[in-house]
Amino acid sequence: MSLKIVVLAKQVPDTHNVGKDAMTAEGTINRSALPAIFNPEDLNALEQALRLKDAFPGSTVTILTMGPGRAADVIREGLYRGADNGYLLTDRAFAGADTLATSYALATAIRKIGDYDIIIGGRQAIDGDTAQVGPQVAQKLGLSQVTYAEEILKVENKNITIKRHIDGGVETVVAPLPILITINSSAAPCRPRNARLVMKYKRALGVQEKSALGDQLPYAELYDQRPYLNLAEWSVADVDGDLQQCGLNGSPTKVKAVRNIVFQAKESKTLNGSESDVESLIVELLDNKIIG
Amino acid sequence: MNNLFVYCEIEDGIVADVSLELLTKGRSLANQLGCQLEAVVIGTNLKDVEKQVLPYGVDRVHIFDGENLYPYTSAPHSAILINLFKEEKPQIALMGATVIGRDLGPRVSSALTSGLTADCTELEIGSHEDKKLGKTYDNLLLQIRPAFGGNIVATIVNPEHRPQMATVREGVMKKEILDLNYKGEVINHDPKAYTDSLDYLVKVIERHVEKSKNNLKGSPIVVAGGYGVGSKENFALIYKLADVLHAEVGASRAAVDAGFIEHDRQIGQTGLTVRPKLYIAFGISGQIQHIAGMQDSSIIISVNTDPDAPINKIADYVITGSIEEVVPKMIKYYKQHSK
Repeated sequence: MSLKIVVLAKQVPDTHNVGKDAMTAEGTINRSALPAIFNPEDLNALEQALRLKDAFPGSTVTILTMGPGRAADVIREGLYRGADNGYLLTDRAFAGADTLATSYALATAIRKIGDYDIIIGGRQAIDGDTAQVGPQVAQKLGLSQVTYAEEILKVENKNITIKRHIDGGVETVVAPLPILITINSSAAPCRPRNARLVMKYKRALGVQEKSALGDQLPYAELYDQRPYLNLAEWSVADVDGDLQQCGLNGSPTKVKAVRNIVFQAKESKTLNGSESDVESLIVELLDNKIIG
Repeated sequence: MNNLFVYCEIEDGIVADVSLELLTKGRSLANQLGCQLEAVVIGTNLKDVEKQVLPYGVDRVHIFDGENLYPYTSAPHSAILINLFKEEKPQIALMGATVIGRDLGPRVSSALTSGLTADCTELEIGSHEDKKLGKTYDNLLLQIRPAFGGNIVATIVNPEHRPQMATVREGVMKKEILDLNYKGEVINHDPKAYTDSLDYLVKVIERHVEKSKNNLKGSPIVVAGGYGVGSKENFALIYKLADVLHAEVGASRAAVDAGFIEHDRQIGQTGLTVRPKLYIAFGISGQIQHIAGMQDSSIIISVNTDPDAPINKIADYVITGSIEEVVPKMIKYYKQHSK
């Protein structure tokens, strides 16, 4: 048995490492000051996909991502670790999408890919932490879903057995293929890049990246000799998307207001760590029956 | 029609606290809107379950009692909600930001093409002006949540689509019984009329749930550590202080991510919300997600080597110093004076 696996991956700003210059004086985000990374839980998902590929020779792993031209990084990273190919959904009309419009775009692209047994992605992306896109894609494709998965235990007779995290515990579920799975951060970490694959794919470029280089593109002749170096990009039209359901148009949620964090300053007592300061604080807390 | 719905989560026949908290919040939002509060309970062997929810001021409770509806699986629960919502056209639907709510909510919102906002920390009723369309919407659900790694707080609205859906974590809203004898209508539905046999393909074959190992939610004193604690070894100091003060130990996400402490002690938007009498924060800088989970503490002490740590602004006492120097002194003087 071989499996056709699609990995949903997102390029995200590294919100866990927000430096001081990441916020402008007006309280908006300076995205260019944040490094773009492969969403961490999507890497956990990639690992589960690659394990299935190891277990079932002949299986294929396809990376699907949506974003600007530079999101081709995500596909390259996937190829370096063992994925077979990838698609970048990229179009101005996809911009400003909330989770619903994002899931619409991904679902249309998956329909275009057509043949699949397993769609797998991270539980959530660190820039939104919503965990919504996976289930929304599953619903749009009419697929069963298993969220918060920690490990794929086995695939047998077109059935998959999965251990998943639940509140306060774990459960094991069995479901028929095809299925959509989202992977929790408690799953196994992704394997590192494979040096041989890095050599093979390091010059792989998306359409936009290539055209940005223009005449400056090094080794231009390679891209005809080695078709796998050309990373596929799909526009709304390529996936037969309905513009009304894409991007800002297709997003029912609107951001009414955004405010920078301003804490209501309390009247606070400032102490240093000296013996007398700590002692008087403890005595005060005891006197007020806060502790003791 | 057009009422406010709360999906009630069930574990072993008991309605989850987060659902009761949402019923309490839902009651007050429904009063503001002048609409009714309706609850949905889906499960197996739900006899008398209405007695658990009606006291929270529920006007109508929809019960779907059938085989294979417990433990929860995605498809039958979402099919029931989708079909019920098509009939009842709620203006607002709330559910817990639990593993179940975060599995179910997006499926329902996708089918109804309605907006869903995850992990809200505040819910209010208000108006919204769309300047581009020159249109004002009244009585919208304002869904407020930290966003973008907690560097901003966003207010989200769904002007055109219904229901307006939101999830909220356990402990964020307060649970309060309105009237033990509150009279509401009980509607028993046939689950088969709302689901298809194909909705039951995913089977739970093994399940293991443990009661929470810590009592963070109920503890009057919480001693918490952040990334600034520096190591797992230094967290032992925090445990030592907690032991002396009869407190529970909490942590910020950064400390959990760094592997200093286990995940079930994380306090904040994507962890637990606590309201202790005393909260002592060691080496916590104070990202908004963390603040969201502890800002209602009566007294906050921040111990940090950085005198400008954001958390200091909401602290009642700020101690500028390191954990290694401050904790032993606290223990020493507590022991000396507490007798």
